[in-house]
Amino acid sequence: MAPVLQSSQPWVEKYRPKQVKDVAHQDEVVRVLTNTLETTNCPHMLFYGPPGTGKTTTALAIAHQLFGPELYKSRVLELNASDDRGINVVRTKIKDFAAVAVGSGHRQGGYPCPPYKIIILDEADSMTEDAQNALRRTMETYSKVTRFFFICNYISRIIEPLASRCAKFRFKPLSEEIMSSRILHICKEEELNLDSEALSTLSSISQGDLRRAITYLQGAARLFGSIISSKDLISVSGVVPQHVVQALFAACKSGDFDSANKEVNNVIAEGYPVSQMLYQLFDVVVEADISDEQKARICKRLAEADKCLVDGADEYLQLLDVASNAMRALCNMPEEFPHES
Amino acid sequence: MLWVDKYRPKTLDNLIVHNDVAQNLKKLVTEQDCPHLLFYGPPGSGKKTLIMAILRQMFGPSADKVKVENKTWKIDAGTRTIDLELTTLSSTHHMELNPGDAGFQDRYIVQEIIKEMAKNRPIDTKGKKGFRVLVLNEVDRLSREAQHSLRRTMEKYSASCRLILCCNSSSKVTEAVRSRCLNIRINAPTEEQITKVLEFIAKKEGLQLPSGFATRIAEKSNRSLRRAILSFETCRVQQYPFTNNQAMPPMDWEEYVSEIASDIMKEQSPKRLFQVRGKLYELLINCIPPEIILKRLLLELLKKLDAELKHEVCHWAAYYEHRMRLGQKAIFHIEAFVAKFMSIYKAFLIATFG
Repeated sequence: MAPVLQSSQPWVEKYRPKQVKDVAHQDEVVRVLTNTLETTNCPHMLFYGPPGTGKTTTALAIAHQLFGPELYKSRVLELNASDDRGINVVRTKIKDFAAVAVGSGHRQGGYPCPPYKIIILDEADSMTEDAQNALRRTMETYSKVTRFFFICNYISRIIEPLASRCAKFRFKPLSEEIMSSRILHICKEEELNLDSEALSTLSSISQGDLRRAITYLQGAARLFGSIISSKDLISVSGVVPQHVVQALFAACKSGDFDSANKEVNNVIAEGYPVSQMLYQLFDVVVEADISDEQKARICKRLAEADKCLVDGADEYLQLLDVASNAMRALCNMPEEFPHES
Repeated sequence: MLWVDKYRPKTLDNLIVHNDVAQNLKKLVTEQDCPHLLFYGPPGSGKKTLIMAILRQMFGPSADKVKVENKTWKIDAGTRTIDLELTTLSSTHHMELNPGDAGFQDRYIVQEIIKEMAKNRPIDTKGKKGFRVLVLNEVDRLSREAQHSLRRTMEKYSASCRLILCCNSSSKVTEAVRSRCLNIRINAPTEEQITKVLEFIAKKEGLQLPSGFATRIAEKSNRSLRRAILSFETCRVQQYPFTNNQAMPPMDWEEYVSEIASDIMKEQSPKRLFQVRGKLYELLINCIPPEIILKRLLLELLKKLDAELKHEVCHWAAYYEHRMRLGQKAIFHIEAFVAKFMSIYKAFLIATFG
């Protein structure tokens, strides 16, 4: 018998704020947008900031609040990176949607319903430069009937002409208190038991990304039931336990190649993701009590190894090379290899 | 039947290794709902075993009735149609495949097959809607595009289809896919755990297993349970009753690589490089993956080197392995590594002994 399917919504969706004023910690944006709701006037907007700070949430909330559920479908076009967004789509789909005129504003069912449409371009920094250029004219031509919301992580990847046409808002990473209060709220709703140690672990491993924190929380709740300890959260998140990282660093410091090799083997056998390992090793190196030159040498190799991993290189060899490089830096061995011809 | 298959645990109960993970998985499945799962861990740590057990737990014994099919898909890709062939393992409730085998066309497989599964949604006797499970092996071998299209399909068809992904290194799976799954890390069993499993098998088979011998097999196995059991069975065939210091037959390709290693340690010349090339080809023809050859070669060389040379050699191994990944023909890069090693070693010898 196939199991019965329950409606299982990710908590990220379930607890997404429905109204602009519920969005946490982004005061300036909220103030501007509440104003928009009253006057129904709004510029093109560009939201940027690290992941999980509420950019998409804010954009969706304002669209819903402006148009209400009935008009939403006809007035809002939402495109994100998983949709095809080459230059062709900009030329056809976006342009067609932008060109449609809409009736003048009449309040319907308690919603302001301003006389324009909204196009939300999520993850706009993954659009090609050509596609962005193609948008420039479209934005201006149809600015009477269409507003664009761009959402991106890195504002530097949005071409200048587009950025200058928009009101820019930076979304700050969430502070620990805001995050904790949100997490505690969800815990109460879902009847979870989270002690204070687990709460602080959750804040630190998610690094200001609320979405990640909620995803970890749901994963842990699914796997371990309603009582969640900090160890459970670490195992779900794929973070390498701190003592493993410290052991590797200590082995590098000792200057004994074979013991470093043994630690690397151990990391691989335990199945920790090496990209995560590099990231945490980076933290340890930056905090460590060593000279700036040593830090620089290690970090340089860390960056190279990360790139190699992205290219699909072998985890063991890369980590071993990082360890050997760190060892040479820590023990003040020369950077150049002596036998290279 | 090989012991590896014979003693593969069928259910999530009474596992010797990963019992804690299994109990958690059981809890997860009994709630009649299951998120997408991503299992990652080194080879021989029991990922596949856990996946099969979880399927059985979900669907009952009917999940065991699998048939092997060689399916072909006709895919309409705009201007042309592509024919793709892939071997699948399927039962009424699940389907298992290796999308990486399709090479650069893996993107189409991922899109097509999930769509097809979503269309044929099973309806159980009570008329309720159920879901099927798609097991994808070696997702780390999937191309970037395939992983991106996976990300969309995962959300779109999540109502009718659950994915279980399985891979060795989760670094090679994009963050987007990872964050949509419940990640489960399967670590390699410790040597004590391997010893325990070997003792368990010996008891079932009615064999006398000296404890020293079991520990030796476990040590040699590199923390891979599969390898330990296989070499245990080989030893059983070779010599029984066991003695404590019985010789264990090493893998022939490992012998071969260590031979290559001692070859290049002995003489560094173009002539020797030419001989080594022949041997490397021999290994590649026998389907030993190039990165494994390179890793093994490094291991053998590290055993014999002075500490100061080790850093240099392991740097170049990492360098050429990365090159190999970007390039097309593995032999060039392995050979380049050998040549590099020869030049470094020769320089070292000249510097030390004049």
